[in-house]
Amino acid sequence: MNNQEEKQNQKQKEKVAKHYEDYAKQFTPKPKYFLNCLKAFIVGGLICVLALYIQNLLINRGLDEKTSGAFITVILICSAQFLTGIGVFDSIAKFAGAGVIVPITGFANSMVAPAIEYKKEGIVLGVGAKLFSLAGPVLVCGIFVSTIIGIVYYFII
Amino acid sequence: MEYLYAFLIGGIICIIGQIIMDTTKLTAPRILVLFVVSGAILTCLGLYEPIVNLAKNGATVPLPGFGYSLAKGAMEGASNDGFLGAITGAVKNTAAGITAAVAFGYLIAILFSPKSKR
Amino acid sequence: MNNKLGKQTLQFLNTPQIIGSFSIVGEKEGKGPMAKWFDMILEEDTFGEKTWEKSESKMLKQAILSALQKSGRDKEDIDTILSGDLINQIMSSSFMARDLSIPFLGLYGACSTMTESLILGSVLIDGGYAKNVITGASSHYCTAERQFRMPLEHGNQRPPSAQWTTTAAGAAVISDHDKPIEIFNGKEANKIYVTHATIGKIIDTGIKDANQMGAAMAPAAVDTIITHLNDTGRTPDFYDVIISGDLGFIGKDIAKDLISGLGADIEKKFDDCGAMMFNLDQDTHGGGSGCGCSASIFMGYVIKEMKAGNINNALILSTGALLSTISSQQGESIPGIAHAVALTTKNKN
Repeated sequence: MNNQEEKQNQKQKEKVAKHYEDYAKQFTPKPKYFLNCLKAFIVGGLICVLALYIQNLLINRGLDEKTSGAFITVILICSAQFLTGIGVFDSIAKFAGAGVIVPITGFANSMVAPAIEYKKEGIVLGVGAKLFSLAGPVLVCGIFVSTIIGIVYYFII
Repeated sequence: MEYLYAFLIGGIICIIGQIIMDTTKLTAPRILVLFVVSGAILTCLGLYEPIVNLAKNGATVPLPGFGYSLAKGAMEGASNDGFLGAITGAVKNTAAGITAAVAFGYLIAILFSPKSKR
Repeated sequence: MNNKLGKQTLQFLNTPQIIGSFSIVGEKEGKGPMAKWFDMILEEDTFGEKTWEKSESKMLKQAILSALQKSGRDKEDIDTILSGDLINQIMSSSFMARDLSIPFLGLYGACSTMTESLILGSVLIDGGYAKNVITGASSHYCTAERQFRMPLEHGNQRPPSAQWTTTAAGAAVISDHDKPIEIFNGKEANKIYVTHATIGKIIDTGIKDANQMGAAMAPAAVDTIITHLNDTGRTPDFYDVIISGDLGFIGKDIAKDLISGLGADIEKKFDDCGAMMFNLDQDTHGGGSGCGCSASIFMGYVIKEMKAGNINNALILSTGALLSTISSQQGESIPGIAHAVALTTKNKN
C-alpha cells in the first residue's frame, strides 16, 4: 500500500515537472537554429577543405596518403590546442558552434581546456589528470568499441 | 570536385552536431563520445568507408572520422596480424593524433594560463 | 509580543540595525547598468591574486573589512562573522576568516546565502547573543564556472537560458545599537532596521537542466513572497520594492507571471538582481546569478537608496538553486529556495 502510494506520488511529481517545464519553456528564448546551423556548416566545411588542401600539398611533395593524413590530424590538433592556450578558441567556438566542436579541433580543445584550468593544482594531479577529464570518456568509449569491433571481426573472417 | 564534396559532407556532419547541441541538453563530452562511437559503428557496418572515399577529409576530419580510424585500424589489424592485431590495431592507427593531443596538450597547458571572460 | 508570525516568519522586536555595508564587483559587472551603486569595482578579476579562489576570498575579505570600517566599529566589537559562497566546502569564506581571528560561522545556501546570513545575524542580535555581527556572501565567475559547468577555455555555446555567475561580494554589519549620525549625499542618512525575516522552504518543480536555474528558483521565490505577506498580514502596497536574488531574465518573467496569477498587484514593484546586473548587450544570455549578485545589489543599490530615503520599506529575497555537480550528474532535479528579509527606515519604537 505504502509502496503504491509512493509510486503514485512519484508519478504526480513527474507530471508536475513536465507541466512546469513546458510552462517555463514559454519564457525561454529559442536558439537561432538556422543561423547556428549555417555558421556550423560553413566553418566546419572550410576546416575540412583546408585540411584537404594541405593534404594534397603534402601528397604532391611525395608523402603517401596515410602519412599525410596523420600529419593533417597532428596539425589540426596542435593548432586548436594553441588557440585554446592563447584564449581564442572559446571565442571562435562561441561563433561557429559545432563547426569547430565536431571536427577533431573540438576534441583537442576539450583536452587542453580543463588541464589549463587546473594548473594551480599541480602539474601531475592538476594538469596531468585533468587533461583527460573531458576527453578521457571519448578515448575510453572509442577504444572500447573499436576493440570489440576488431575482435568480432577477427572471429568472423 | 573533391573539395566541394569535402566541404558539403564536412559541413553536414557539423550541422548534425549543431542540431544535437541546440535541441538536446547533451553535454559536450557526451556529444563527442556519441560522434566517435557512431563513426566506429558505421565503419564496422561498412557504411562510413564510401563517405570517406567520396569526401576525403570532409569525412575524416570531423569526429566520426576518429571513430572511423579506430575501427578501421582494428579491422585491418585483425585481418593482417590476427588476434593481437585486432587489439592493437585501433590505437596504432590513431597513435599520431592521440600522442600529439596528449603531448602537445600537456605542453600548452603548462605554458599558458586561463583568462577571465568578459 | 510574539517574535514568530505564522510558521515561517520571524519578527525582530529589538530592531537590529544595518550600520555598515559594502559591495564590490568585478570588471564586467562594473560595466553594467548598476555600476554607480557599487562601492568598489575591480579593474581586473584576479584582484592581484594567483588563483581565482584567492581572488574571491580577497574580494569577500575586502567587503567585510570595508563594511566594518564604514560601521565605525572596531574589529574587537564584532562577535561573529557569518558568510558563505559557492565553492566546495565554502572555501572562499573559510579562508577569508582564517586570519581575522573573529568567531566565524560558515553558511551554505547556494545563491541564497546573503539573506540567509542576514537572517541568522539578525537572530543573534535580536536574541541578545551578539552586539555586532558581520554578514556577507561572495561569488566569482571563474571559480563557479569551472566547478559547476565547463572550463573557461572550453569551446562551447551557452544556451539562451544560461546565467552568468556574477563576480561580486557584499557584506553588512548588523548591530543592536545606534551609531553616530551618518551623512549620506549631503544629508542625514536614514537608519535601516531589519524587522522581519521569512525562512523559505525548498520547492522543487522538477527542472533538471542546470542551464534553467531561473525557472528552477522562481516558484520558491514566489512561495516565500506569498508566505511572507500572509504571515505578516501585510499587503504588497506596504513595500516600495520587492527584489529577488538571481532569477535572471527568464526567472523574473516566470515569477511575475506566477504572482500576477495570484492577484497580488506587485508586478511594478518586483525586480530581480540577476536581471538588473547586466545590460542585454553584455551577452550574459539569462542574466546574472551567484551569491554575489544579490549580495552586491542589496548592499549597494538597496541600502544606499534606503539611506537616501528613496526607499523606505524593502523586501529582499536571495534565491538559491541547491544543486551540486554530483546531483546533476545523477539526474536529480534542482531544489530551489528563497529567504526573505524585510528592511525599513522607520523605527516603530
